[in-house]
Amino acid sequence: MNLSPDDRAELKYKTVGEKFSETPKLKIRGLNVSYAEKQAIFDVNLDIGSNEVIAMIGPSGCGKSTFLRCINRMNDTVDSCRVEGSIQLDDMEICDDKVDVVPLRARVGMVFQKPNPFPKSIYDNVAYGPRIHGLASRRSELDGLVETSLRRAGLWDEVKDRLLQPGTSLSGGQQQRLCIARTIAVSPEVILMDEPCSSLDPIATAKIEELIAELSENFTIAIVTHSMQQAARVSRRTAYFHLGQLIEVNDTQHVFTNPDHQLTEAYITGRFG
Amino acid sequence: MDKLHLDQHISHQFNEDLEHLRTKLLEMGGLVEDQLKDAIKAVETADGGLAEKVIETEDEVDRREMALDHESISLLARRQPAASDLRLVMMVTKATRDLERMGDEANKIAKMAIALNNEGGESARGYVELRHLARNVIRLVSIALDAFARFDVESAMKVVREDKNIDTEYRSAVREMITYMMEDPRAISRVMNIMWALRALERIGDHARNIAEQVIYLVHGTDVRHTSIGDIEKKLQEKLEAH
Repeated sequence: MNLSPDDRAELKYKTVGEKFSETPKLKIRGLNVSYAEKQAIFDVNLDIGSNEVIAMIGPSGCGKSTFLRCINRMNDTVDSCRVEGSIQLDDMEICDDKVDVVPLRARVGMVFQKPNPFPKSIYDNVAYGPRIHGLASRRSELDGLVETSLRRAGLWDEVKDRLLQPGTSLSGGQQQRLCIARTIAVSPEVILMDEPCSSLDPIATAKIEELIAELSENFTIAIVTHSMQQAARVSRRTAYFHLGQLIEVNDTQHVFTNPDHQLTEAYITGRFG
Repeated sequence: MDKLHLDQHISHQFNEDLEHLRTKLLEMGGLVEDQLKDAIKAVETADGGLAEKVIETEDEVDRREMALDHESISLLARRQPAASDLRLVMMVTKATRDLERMGDEANKIAKMAIALNNEGGESARGYVELRHLARNVIRLVSIALDAFARFDVESAMKVVREDKNIDTEYRSAVREMITYMMEDPRAISRVMNIMWALRALERIGDHARNIAEQVIYLVHGTDVRHTSIGDIEKKLQEKLEAH
């Protein structure tokens, strides 16, 4: 991204498709994000529906990861980053400076590109969140939470006999599922996934995708992916970002068979955009 | 090069694969078109040799249908095409089937030509109607293939509209045939043969319409099968306004 305010005027694409949802979990309005002088996101308006899986696709540098990171205030850690606009999680304004990010991140969890288990045991990785948020008062309660989370992440059977071994001893795919278990252990409402499978093999990827389908029954999931096939497989809606703008958002089937915008078509069919 | 920008993929091989698919479908279409023209000529000129040629071409048409389907499947597996590319591949697999069926119908007409030839007799009754319907159907097939070659929705719509006329002409020709049979019962077997040929032509018109509908789907992504002409026009108008 390297756009001056002058470029911005020329780059006005109106978002096509269905931006809004009848049952919104997240309402994003007039979102603009800049890193120092460079604007990364231009006036994004979008609803993310309750229990829906929405995929963000687009070329590198299109702003999709920046967009995702706004939703749980991960951009706060970048000094030069300025966020304008509104993101509402139910009735809570996420962009409000007064919002405490610790409880926010319990409600909006995140899974990263590279599995990043803590240098602790498998058990402690999952128990970490519930402990700091005080979600379990007794050991047995915590044990139950750890087991449920690992089960929901589809990892329990593989690790139940070695819960005290370090999380880093697991394979890449298992580590990513451990991170998902850690995320869901604090019962978030929204799970953000930033290219969660890009370092995994196809089998581990298939397991995570299967997991996403199951998790969508209880959680709202926003996933950034470079794999268009993955977006096509897992999401209900797909949003296409281009040069920091939300170009199109529509039902995934619509996007992949008959997209409304030429830029979307060019991207998903591998043409010169 | 064309409205679908088939030549603008980052992968040159993909450009070539899709272009190859398109060329091969048009070649197959040309073959079926020739088959149809020859079959009609064989009836008109009582040319048994030409009729035999039509029947022989059938194997080549079948072979091409299989080759095109094979290529389409390979493209789906290797490239996972999306949007207009996906619609093109799907369309090709459907159009090969329609073309193959057209070839079958042309075959039937050729067999009719041989039967008429063997029967002998001088009655030329029904030939006028057959020639008339044949001329219109051949034109329809040619427009349908042209619509595909140029990804042209206007031509495709023309086929959809004119297929309605073909159906009307077919029904009126059948009524004529019935009067011929009533006038002269000795001609029944002969006129029956002409009737089967008329029926085959009407079916070919339907296949041409199928191809035209697929062209509309290919270009606009709008499914217009089992839809009245008025509704198709409305859908296309909405599509144009949306852009």
